[in-house]
Amino acid sequence: MLINPAQQRHNLYRNLKSKFMVGLTIAATIVALVPLFLVLGYLLSKGAASINWEFFTRMPTPVGQGGGGMANAIVGTFELVGIATVIGVPIGVGAGIYLAENRGGQLAQAIRFAADVMMGIPSIVIGIFVYAIFVKPFYGFSTLSGSIALAIIMIPLVTRTAEEMILLVPHELREAALALGVPHWRTTISVVVRTAISGIATGVILAVARVAGETAPLLFTAFGNRFWSTSLFQPISSLTVQVYTYAISPFADWQRQAWAGALVLTAIVLAMELGVRWVTRGTARVAR
Amino acid sequence: MVVAVAIHRSIPSPKDRPRLAELANTVTEQVAATRTGTRRARGFGVRSIGDRVFNLTTLMLALVILTLLFGVTVDLIVNAMPSIKAFGLHFLVSTDWDPSNDQYGALPFIYGTAVSSMLALLIAVPLALGVALCLSEMAPTWLSHKLGFLVELLAAIPSVVYGLWGVFIMGPWLRDHADPALAKYLGFLPFFQGPRISVSMLSAAVVLAIMVLPYISAVCTDVFRAVPQTQREAAYALGATRWEMVRMAVLPFGVSGVIGAVILGLGRALGETIAVAMVIGNRPEISASVFLPSSTLASVIANEFVEATSDLNLAALVELGLVLLVLGLILNIAARTLVYSTTQRRFSKGN
Repeated sequence: MLINPAQQRHNLYRNLKSKFMVGLTIAATIVALVPLFLVLGYLLSKGAASINWEFFTRMPTPVGQGGGGMANAIVGTFELVGIATVIGVPIGVGAGIYLAENRGGQLAQAIRFAADVMMGIPSIVIGIFVYAIFVKPFYGFSTLSGSIALAIIMIPLVTRTAEEMILLVPHELREAALALGVPHWRTTISVVVRTAISGIATGVILAVARVAGETAPLLFTAFGNRFWSTSLFQPISSLTVQVYTYAISPFADWQRQAWAGALVLTAIVLAMELGVRWVTRGTARVAR
Repeated sequence: MVVAVAIHRSIPSPKDRPRLAELANTVTEQVAATRTGTRRARGFGVRSIGDRVFNLTTLMLALVILTLLFGVTVDLIVNAMPSIKAFGLHFLVSTDWDPSNDQYGALPFIYGTAVSSMLALLIAVPLALGVALCLSEMAPTWLSHKLGFLVELLAAIPSVVYGLWGVFIMGPWLRDHADPALAKYLGFLPFFQGPRISVSMLSAAVVLAIMVLPYISAVCTDVFRAVPQTQREAAYALGATRWEMVRMAVLPFGVSGVIGAVILGLGRALGETIAVAMVIGNRPEISASVFLPSSTLASVIANEFVEATSDLNLAALVELGLVLLVLGLILNIAARTLVYSTTQRRFSKGN
């Protein structure tokens, strides 16, 4: 085939342009990942410097006294997230089962859409909602209120993941069970949900990791506490709120503690995320 | 029956075999009818009590979601009522936010939210598109998965950690290095003039950009991966280079999905609270310069809610939340619709 010089030059230009654009996308990826390494790097260097055994075992100290730790905040985070999981997961999984079982139904479609929309509601709005519904009339600033706020954020995440995972179960499996005369509901619980359980667990853990890092909805539900919280109806401290208060304080001591708290918080959250993703290794699709 | 359905599905264009297609359709309809409408047929006449109880239980749990969405909306409207009654629509355009005189106007916060989110998108969208194209079109599969994983980690870091990093590391760095450069080259614009402060609109925008990027790029990657392989092959067959293939086949197909992803990112940026509250400086005034502190709807709620001085103050803050909720609902409904319309096509257009 004969190609004239002008054509040849044009092709060269096209190839160069293509290479240039490919290079740009690679550059964009690198630029996008720079903050990740910067944040993690500073966390490690600044946080590790102020972390020690006391940090995990001692209570916060007043300004100027030095030392102290975030023992109550660490326990508080686990308590809040734990109760939120107990409230949110059954509702989320149940709703997910309903959505998967009634895939085409109009009500199911409305609920699915509502769940998707709820995922996009700013978490601080959930905080206001819980404040108006539970904090003001009933419980005051309390562990229970904080957990309810976190649970509300978890529910749509768990629902959508559970639905997706249940839909991945082959229809033949269900039909085989039904053909053996197993009632519909037993089929769903013992065959379908059982098959999907690892995927559902993945979604639950990711939702837990997500709410463990939430600060905004806790500000006026769980509030924060300088001491141990001994009842569900007392305010409770959490790592996120503690890091926030310490970070915006003007005291160098507290700011150092904030870095340590942020390191612990990130370690907890990333451990869950990494653990789950390493186990499933990209096979599971999870609602965002 | 099943065979007919299978044959129907295996034929590329059913129009060639109208009668078979018709047969298959009626069969499919019958199967669908027995599956949904008349479930009775399954359990030899009557549905067992267990089935009914189970279905009712899951239905109740699913209805919790609808109730919550409805409840949040109604609750915010009810609690914002005192403020809505006192200020009416003037609330949205008044710049006067003065708790000591019980005067409240939302404009500084609406402005702050809009500008910080827009700036964040301005930074994040081109990068996110680059990332998504790199992951879906350029990188080999093994690398693409690893990079995608790293980008998703960005979304996993708690926002309070971004706030902490933003206050102590990024803000001062921007003030000392980025701001002077911007002032030098773009200083003729009113946005880049005046004193430089480390907690500022620009800091908030950069932190927001980092935080929404993974969401936008993840949705865009999904959208681009949904482009049928045949489209790419067709472009290559016409002699397209890789970039020309992207422009001819991938981008046009994904355009509504990309818009959806951007709106989704906007929704995230609007509602982000703690990181912004920490780096934006919280000053309820409108100023052109991005080097100065500002305030957003979410950040002012986080800062003042617990310390609200009067019932009207609280109601005004709730009304700010209501504005945020309404914006969030509109954006999410729009975005989900757009993204669905793209990624669902993958399933109907054949594998």
